[in-house]
Amino acid sequence: MARVTQATAPWLPRLASRIAWGALRLFPIVLLGIGWELLASSGHVTPFQLPRLSAVFIRIWDDAQTGELAINAGLTLYRTLVGFAISVVGGVLLGAGMARSVSIRWFFDPIISVGFPMPKIAFLPIMVLWLGFFDVSKIAMIVLDAIFPVVTATLAGLNSVERELIWSARNMGASERELLWQVMLPAALPQILTGLQVSLPLCLIVAVVAEMAMGGYGLGGAMNTASRFADSRGVFAGIVEIAAVGYCLIKLMSLIRRRLLLWHQEALEPTTA
Amino acid sequence: MKSALVRFLPLLLIALLWEIAPRVGLVSSLALPPLSAVLSAWFELLRDGDLLTNGASSLYRASAGLALAIVVGAALGVFMAWWRPVNAVLGPLVELFYPMPKSALIPVTVLWLGFGDGSKILLIFLGCMLPVTIGAFNGARGSERVLIWSARSMGASRLRVLWDVVLPSAMPELLNGIRTAIALAFILLVSSELIEARKGLGSLIGFLGNNGSYEAMFAVVLTVALLGFAADRAYQLLMQRVLQWRE
Repeated sequence: MARVTQATAPWLPRLASRIAWGALRLFPIVLLGIGWELLASSGHVTPFQLPRLSAVFIRIWDDAQTGELAINAGLTLYRTLVGFAISVVGGVLLGAGMARSVSIRWFFDPIISVGFPMPKIAFLPIMVLWLGFFDVSKIAMIVLDAIFPVVTATLAGLNSVERELIWSARNMGASERELLWQVMLPAALPQILTGLQVSLPLCLIVAVVAEMAMGGYGLGGAMNTASRFADSRGVFAGIVEIAAVGYCLIKLMSLIRRRLLLWHQEALEPTTA
Repeated sequence: MKSALVRFLPLLLIALLWEIAPRVGLVSSLALPPLSAVLSAWFELLRDGDLLTNGASSLYRASAGLALAIVVGAALGVFMAWWRPVNAVLGPLVELFYPMPKSALIPVTVLWLGFGDGSKILLIFLGCMLPVTIGAFNGARGSERVLIWSARSMGASRLRVLWDVVLPSAMPELLNGIRTAIALAFILLVSSELIEARKGLGSLIGFLGNNGSYEAMFAVVLTVALLGFAADRAYQLLMQRVLQWRE
């Protein structure tokens, strides 16, 4: 119903009101930016403690011109996304295995329930010891942290698929494999995606921490270098860049969610995205 | 008793493998010291007092930062749900800062407050506040209109409604937000201590690792992991107690 009325509504006023709302929502953010600039140039704080926002943007622009921004952001994104992809595939497989097989579940259940709440970032030095300073140890660290939400969400999603759906699919002669791919996984998709939405920001957090701890290229590594050289503009530029990357990733994820769940009930509800 | 044994048998198996694999040379005992060596290193650290002094300063930082985050975050969230203009101003800011990886703030807090307790407390406060705020906001906004209306019609003042109706009905989501915040607090604590600190369990891990005393490093890593686990379990028990009034 909601969809029909939406489609027939005149689009111009709708667009105008959307833009107006967007501008209104942008207002506090702009205010914050102006506040930052004013505070930084008021002389109450030193430029070392808080460089001017405009100086930070100039710094980001310079980094973009020299190509350093692209290298650092690209490397961080690469590590984050590879770690995320491995977590997603591994987590969904493990969750599906746990949902289907009693023995897999028996083995992994205590590991997950003990491992999930642990601060796995503490294992960082061990990962370095085992896998060295380069990408492998960082990605392994990301997977170690980000796989847990995917596994638990997949398991919970698969376990809460309605019995009637499974019965009717079986009744109509679906094989076990078809049942898993065409009934169980789509039905569990909303919960699995929620798990992914928890897991993706974790990937970025861990990537940044790992880069900071090990140094080298990447947004976190660049911030670490800047902080060592007391280059506070570089530090703040790093914060802005990391925040922007995080914001884009999360928005992208919620777009993907909406795209994948167009068939689902929740697509009709208003979203905040 | 027996069912618990069967349930946790996999963990025992892993512990056993951990003990045996380095002993028979399956993996280098440098990369993975046997569990018994790690345990004896743990007792050593406990006797030296290293574990206690560093643990105490870590716990102090985590709990101070968390307490601030919970108080300020919950107040902010309830306020945002309670008074629309506050939401109009703070809503976009929360939405902007929530997805930001909080670990990016580690160098800045050091820039502002140095290597000591202050920078860690500030970091944990800033990093853990928003999950609490969002939990409180969603909970308070979801409190049933009917309950609020009836309380108002029975003559309760706005403040009274806030305290007696909105806050209790926000409780479940608020408590969930706090659970996320606890997990985040441990992550931020350990990573900031690993990266720049002179005290605390994280810096002890880094120090021992750099010295090559891997048994002791594994012991501290395990301690931190178990502390995080224990904190979560204890909090879950507390949550059940607090929420007993909801069937």
